[in-house]
Amino acid sequence: MSLNQNTARSASSAIADTAADTGRRLPEQRPGMFKRKAATQESPAVNAVLTIILSFGAIIMAAPLVWMVSTSLKTKEGVYSLPPEWIPDPFVWDTYARVFDDTYVLSGIKNSLIVALSVTVVGTLFSSLAAFALAKLRLPGKNAIFLMLLSGMMVPFPTLMIPQFVMFSKIGWVDTLLPLIVPVILGNVIMIFFLRQYLHNVPDSLVEAAKIDGASYLKIFWTMMFPLMRPAIAAQFILWFMAVWNDYLAPIIYLNSPEKQTLQVVIANMNVQYATQRDYPLIMAASVISVIPILIVFLIFQRQIIESIALTGSKT
Amino acid sequence: MATTAPPAESTTVWTKEDAKASRKANNKLHRREHAWAAAFMAPPVIGWIAFLLFPLGFSVYASLTNWNGIGNMTFIGLDNYTRLLQDQYFWRALWNTVFYMIGIPIGLALSLALALALSRKIRGRTFFRTVYYIPVISSLAAVAILWQWAYNGDFGLVNQALGLIGIEGPNWLMDPTWSKPALIIMAVWKGLGYSTLLYLAAVQAVPRSLYEAAALDGASSWKRFTKITWPMVQPVTFFLVVTNIIAGSMIFTEINIMTPTGGPSWSTASLVWYVWNQAFRNLQMGYATAMALVLGILVLIVTVIQFRINRANDFSID
Repeated sequence: MSLNQNTARSASSAIADTAADTGRRLPEQRPGMFKRKAATQESPAVNAVLTIILSFGAIIMAAPLVWMVSTSLKTKEGVYSLPPEWIPDPFVWDTYARVFDDTYVLSGIKNSLIVALSVTVVGTLFSSLAAFALAKLRLPGKNAIFLMLLSGMMVPFPTLMIPQFVMFSKIGWVDTLLPLIVPVILGNVIMIFFLRQYLHNVPDSLVEAAKIDGASYLKIFWTMMFPLMRPAIAAQFILWFMAVWNDYLAPIIYLNSPEKQTLQVVIANMNVQYATQRDYPLIMAASVISVIPILIVFLIFQRQIIESIALTGSKT
Repeated sequence: MATTAPPAESTTVWTKEDAKASRKANNKLHRREHAWAAAFMAPPVIGWIAFLLFPLGFSVYASLTNWNGIGNMTFIGLDNYTRLLQDQYFWRALWNTVFYMIGIPIGLALSLALALALSRKIRGRTFFRTVYYIPVISSLAAVAILWQWAYNGDFGLVNQALGLIGIEGPNWLMDPTWSKPALIIMAVWKGLGYSTLLYLAAVQAVPRSLYEAAALDGASSWKRFTKITWPMVQPVTFFLVVTNIIAGSMIFTEINIMTPTGGPSWSTASLVWYVWNQAFRNLQMGYATAMALVLGILVLIVTVIQFRINRANDFSID
């Protein structure tokens, strides 16, 4: 988006500072010289009040999701009990078996995985190659190419969806996963942008030295640049995976047959179909299933994800 | 790094021939490098041409026809655009879409407050950060389904919670007055963690010495906020405003899932939802394309205006 170099630099170094902050403290200055404490010390009373407010907020943030899990384990009638029960009585685990037996959730998971994995794995390779070339190789007009690619971020997908749909229907790709894969697999501008930025911190002399040693460009990329970019790639990869996994608009345009739909479309359609049958536990169980994989990924890679998101903002 | 240096071992005198040979070798090397660079850049460039430039050009043409997606495209000039100006549904959808943006300042204010709180040494702040972030990673489809049920007038979680403090909640999604606020509340809930995280990084990046100096000068904490924190996090605010407006202008998923018919009295239909409906349900492809282009242009204009206002963040690419 906005690319202010100074902000970017100061902010990314600042993040490095905060990261270091937790581990290593600056040597304390002699106390009592100035009124240092007044400015930096936090009032315990204020912090206690804030903790209470934050806890209250956390309840509001978590309640709907807890309720989703709770509803998924209720009986069909239990859903309507007043006052609402938070702990289902009895627990109906069978609903989850029904989700896998009677609905398209399983094929939805499979389709979502096919799309998300192929797009992100191959797309990451293409994006990092392009970022390497844009940052480190010589090509007349490469900055113009970069700007051209960036301009793609300015065009919202809804503006392109109708002509794209027509293109893909002409070649008979409607109701396949290809229209969800092909247009995005060739590279992700946001990823290219961040990786290019990242590579600017790598000295050019490294590449020059490798060239003089006679390494091929592919070799330089694979043995040198890719490992160097790995932290940045990992972070962008996860964010991209989550975005593709959670996408809804493109899949509902292209996928008609239930067994070909991605998970998000499957659960949205279940929402319509089973709401008339008042089978809310089933709908909620499917929703829980759609959230769980991403949640697990998030909890495992939480630190990397949070760092990369923090960087996203500061790279403005 | 325009030309590579002559080989290091050439301590002997350089003759004209040597220089020529070296230049020749360099040219060859450069050509090879250009070829590889072009090959590496090719996939995204091809994608850009095939899936951005070409569809965009096609859009411009299709918007000037009365095309229904299958039959012939008859050129009708600007008819689609004049029809759009008179289409009250278009204006309603545009109004709804703009209305949803009320959520942006609310969300930003809340998340900055949260970030300020989380930047203090509060116990369990990692836990809080995680909890506030979970809605962000949950899929929008699942969240929309969940909230649709939570907004149920009789059995929904929202009205049950309001009942606890003695408020009788409306039947949110069935009520033309409350349907848009309902969607805004949900959007704020979902996006809060993301903005908080960005603000948190920015707040923590503010040099402590600034606050210390201000405290020595006797600045109140409100003054320290308005004169130090707020200007220092301004780039993040700008980023969030721009990205939120772009994302907000494309709001679709929750509308289509929670109010599949555009809501009571068409109170929730967004622009993208209307475009999608016209194109893929009513097969008014030509008209829908015209609307989609107008949407794209509106987003562009708003973004450009924001960059103009935010002159401090000058655009530079290197």
